[in-house]
Amino acid sequence: MPSNPTKLASLFAQAQAQIQLPAGSSSSSAAPSPNMADSTAPSLGIISYTSGSRDVHCSPQKLKRRQMQYGPLLHPSYLYASHQAKGALPDPVEEEPPLFYLLTTYISYLILIIFGHVRDFFGKRFKKEKYQHLIQQNVGLPLTSDFDSFYVRRLKERLDDCFSRPTISVPGRYVTILDRESKDHNRTFKFTGTTTDALNLSSYNYLGFAQSEGQCADAAEEIVHRYGMSSGSSRAEAGTTDLHLETEELIARFVGKESSMLFSMGYATNGAAFPSLVSKGCLIISDELNHASIRFGARMSGAVIKTCKHNDMRDLEHLLREEISQGQPRTHRPWKKILVVVEGLYSMEGTMCNLPTLVELKKKYKFYLFVDEAHSIGAIGPRGRGVCDYFGIDPREIDILMGTLTKSFGATGGYISADKAIIDRLKLDNMGYVYAEPMSPPVLGQIEAAIRTIMGEIVPGEGDERLQRIAFNSRYLRLGLKRLGFIISGHDDSPILPLMLYSPAKMPAFSREMLKRNIAVVVVGYPATPLVSSRVRLCLSSALNKDDLDVILRACDEVGDMLMLKFRPDEHPRWKLEDIIRKGVMDCKRDELED
Amino acid sequence: MSLHDTLVYINTTVESISAQFNRIPGSAIILRYVRSSYQNDPVRSLLEFCLFLFAVRYFLASKYSVAKKDFVKLSTKEVDELIDDWTPEPLVVSLDDAAKAEIEKIPVIVGQTGPKVKLATGKAVMNLASPNMLNLVSNEQMKKDAVSTIREYGVGVCGPSGFYGYQEVHIEAEKAIANFLGVPAALLYAQAFNTISATIPAFAKRGDIIVADSACGIAICKGITISRSTVRWFEHNDMEDLERVLASVQKEFKGQPLTRRFIVSEGLFENVGDICDLPRIIELKAKYKYRLILDESYSIGVIGKVGRGTSEYFGIDPNKIDMIIGSMANTMVAGGGFCAGSEYVVKHQRINGNAYVFSAALPGYLAKTASTALGIMATSPEMFTQLKQNARAFRDVINKSQYVYSPSDPESPLIHLRLKSEVLETRKIEDENRFLQDVVDECINNGVLVSRNKYVQSQEVFPVLPSLKLQVTTGLTKKETEKAAMVVKAAISKIMAKTPKIKR
Ligand SMILES: Cc1ncc(COP(=O)(O)O)c(C=O)c1O
Repeated sequence: MPSNPTKLASLFAQAQAQIQLPAGSSSSSAAPSPNMADSTAPSLGIISYTSGSRDVHCSPQKLKRRQMQYGPLLHPSYLYASHQAKGALPDPVEEEPPLFYLLTTYISYLILIIFGHVRDFFGKRFKKEKYQHLIQQNVGLPLTSDFDSFYVRRLKERLDDCFSRPTISVPGRYVTILDRESKDHNRTFKFTGTTTDALNLSSYNYLGFAQSEGQCADAAEEIVHRYGMSSGSSRAEAGTTDLHLETEELIARFVGKESSMLFSMGYATNGAAFPSLVSKGCLIISDELNHASIRFGARMSGAVIKTCKHNDMRDLEHLLREEISQGQPRTHRPWKKILVVVEGLYSMEGTMCNLPTLVELKKKYKFYLFVDEAHSIGAIGPRGRGVCDYFGIDPREIDILMGTLTKSFGATGGYISADKAIIDRLKLDNMGYVYAEPMSPPVLGQIEAAIRTIMGEIVPGEGDERLQRIAFNSRYLRLGLKRLGFIISGHDDSPILPLMLYSPAKMPAFSREMLKRNIAVVVVGYPATPLVSSRVRLCLSSALNKDDLDVILRACDEVGDMLMLKFRPDEHPRWKLEDIIRKGVMDCKRDELED
Repeated sequence: MSLHDTLVYINTTVESISAQFNRIPGSAIILRYVRSSYQNDPVRSLLEFCLFLFAVRYFLASKYSVAKKDFVKLSTKEVDELIDDWTPEPLVVSLDDAAKAEIEKIPVIVGQTGPKVKLATGKAVMNLASPNMLNLVSNEQMKKDAVSTIREYGVGVCGPSGFYGYQEVHIEAEKAIANFLGVPAALLYAQAFNTISATIPAFAKRGDIIVADSACGIAICKGITISRSTVRWFEHNDMEDLERVLASVQKEFKGQPLTRRFIVSEGLFENVGDICDLPRIIELKAKYKYRLILDESYSIGVIGKVGRGTSEYFGIDPNKIDMIIGSMANTMVAGGGFCAGSEYVVKHQRINGNAYVFSAALPGYLAKTASTALGIMATSPEMFTQLKQNARAFRDVINKSQYVYSPSDPESPLIHLRLKSEVLETRKIEDENRFLQDVVDECINNGVLVSRNKYVQSQEVFPVLPSLKLQVTTGLTKKETEKAAMVVKAAISKIMAKTPKIKR
């Protein structure tokens, strides 16, 4: 707790000093910006329950803006100190909707497809000018393949208004959306000139560090002045600055590895990682639900790729036994190495990887383990250090810890953490290091400030609060939605709540109804999920407070009734909204979320 | 599996099957039918059941035999032994001393990069190793704009464009790029290097044909690999060879179903520094009905009157190029890349470009930086004149060296220097890259930061020729550039003097 302001100020100054240039070099670069001077004052930062006194001198507009980005904590009981899971993970209970809904889902796709084809058939014949792109032109086939194009025009375009809504604000607690309308069924949009402030349940802003003020934005601004926006050519040529090295060290310390390496894009981090680790003659075993970037990188590497069922450790073991004993196809030569790739937290499912079992299997089968912590780093674990922290496993047991900085840290890019010997090798072999542009320095400022906040090195108390808020928010909303009768998949501690919709027509309906109630949500359907399991994905954030969650519960309750979304089988009791709100705070802190 | 396990397994499966079965509408009717027929004629039911089993087996068997053709049946004990025996190779090859030295030598800049930088060793040097050719890194207006964008939008966007990561600054930057180039639309990617690797597979699929220049960079090669298209290479910048390849493809695929066909080239080649013959490529593409993907990462913001790239350099309508890929991380000193072209090309990627759909958007302030940079470029042709002068001045000095030659265009600010072949024949140079690294070290000692062209040979499709890679900048005066060139020339001579001649 920041009880002593002078102590706090000195702590902050210390932390700032670490970002400064090494001694002796200060003469070469610009003087610290004026903003730095006041950011050392303890009054800047995010208003919150613990440091509300800082806001005394704040104008009402400024206060409102700040709270739009990060909501105030309303009561200390709205926190939950997550603790380590004991042992391996129980399989999450898969709840199935009544068969009727699955059938209607299939039928709705069927209708969409039949209608689409009929319209294409007549369109190509009678409205040639509109269907130009489908008809073969003088440069060979149309750019879009038949299936892609059909899917896009006939299914996706109908819900295009739910995607890519342009914004003009920080993706914080609220997001300000530019309103638009379409007069031609979503083919083109026009801005109406108005905006909507919507509660944000869609950005990966888990810890609420997406802010335009506070220690992170201050650090970024300072770095703009002192380092500029670009550090030049690739890291291996002349793009490495002292700041890059420092941030890499900090990340390594944060995740508990010897060394780490930064890349300017999370997707490309995976793209470059696999080719530098495995090649022909090696085997990658990848979870079937792994992210597109992992598949991209794995395919680039030239290794053989096998998939195992999502989170199914028995299937994985079976596959390992078979692959090790059979060896490479045809030649039966032993595999050079086997790399098992899983994600810490699956962004579409809300499930976590079963790390304890994986580590056990690893000892027995001698494979290398690559964990993509894109969504789990920061968001999971009592100290925010991802799945290792959550399961109480020494990070050194895992060969490669990869993560992105786009999510919890409100920055951009990705990292790989591993033993020093591995990272050093990658400095020669990794494409992201040798060819790609380095991370932009102000982003490093954001990352450092965010990580140091989580670690309690600056603004003591704030990091813990953020961690406990996301843990509380995730559990409270999950329990509430379940009690309302929705099917929510994934693990209890996951800040990602997939709410199942099944039927494709319900995706745009849900998204629009929620937007009417000033809530921004993300709906996902095929191809990101299986055809029949369209869903809304609610991403929680520390920036939301309990009032927001209750608003969301109320909205979901209404929309759920309207669209008949409460699929949960009848054996689970349905609760009244008032009871959920009244009892949720207590109940969500029990070890297991019960109905 | 022990017997008990098996029984339990069977039991639970049967239970769940019967539960599932009961949920199927109409299942009761089937049950009733089976029951009644069984009572009438148990043998018939048995026969039907056997037939059913046979059918199932038949359908499964054909698939099974394909997948497991060379499957060796092993007992559990044998499998366990094999697992015990198996020792994987280490995850990465360990570093030898030469590799360690190479890592040690990666320069670390203290503070901001620019025409003159300070290294972590304490040495102040002129910098010819950054793509900061127009010296926009020190532009105060751009910094101001970046700060105000951070104060408006924060740093990261926390999600892909589809999910509220598409901010007004991105829309503005896309418009700015499209207007600057003179094409209808553009979209942003979060990393320049990855952009073309993402664009190619968004359009080219299995069975499509790509004809590419053999000096294309690794990002293009990776994009082609991912696309799984059929690829044919033509000799670097050899238009006759291109036509030969196009004609042979035409012959080879005659009568086969129509596919998409692409020519892929770079504008200014990053590994060479010369410029593609765009007018001729456009002619050929029209003649043979191809689309053109042009990687202008090193030409937009570099060549042309105000840096509009290869099309401006040759005075060609940019709309004749189907997809223009550019980098905002080089002279625009921001980050990220873009693809520009028709509305259709851009919209297609917004839906089918995996790296666009599944990755967080570029931070708003970098989009803003790029827009501001384009505004400055469009109104400052004198920057580009000075850049050309500096490039010429550098070349005038370096051309006098008897040991190196440059394959780069005389006006290109990206200059590669390679050892002449007669030098390689007459001197004992075991490792060309090691030699060049010694030159680099010598240059740094004498106050000029240069780099050799770094690459990962194991990932490249064709061998890359070792070279020194220099990037002149308007941040240095003509005099300073000449001085830097002199240092480089002297360093080459000095290292060469230490290299013994081969005795004949
Ligand atoms: C598991 C996983 N890996 C990598 C990425 C890519 O990260 P970025 O968005 O920073 O490019 C994502 C992003 O959604 C992800 O979910």
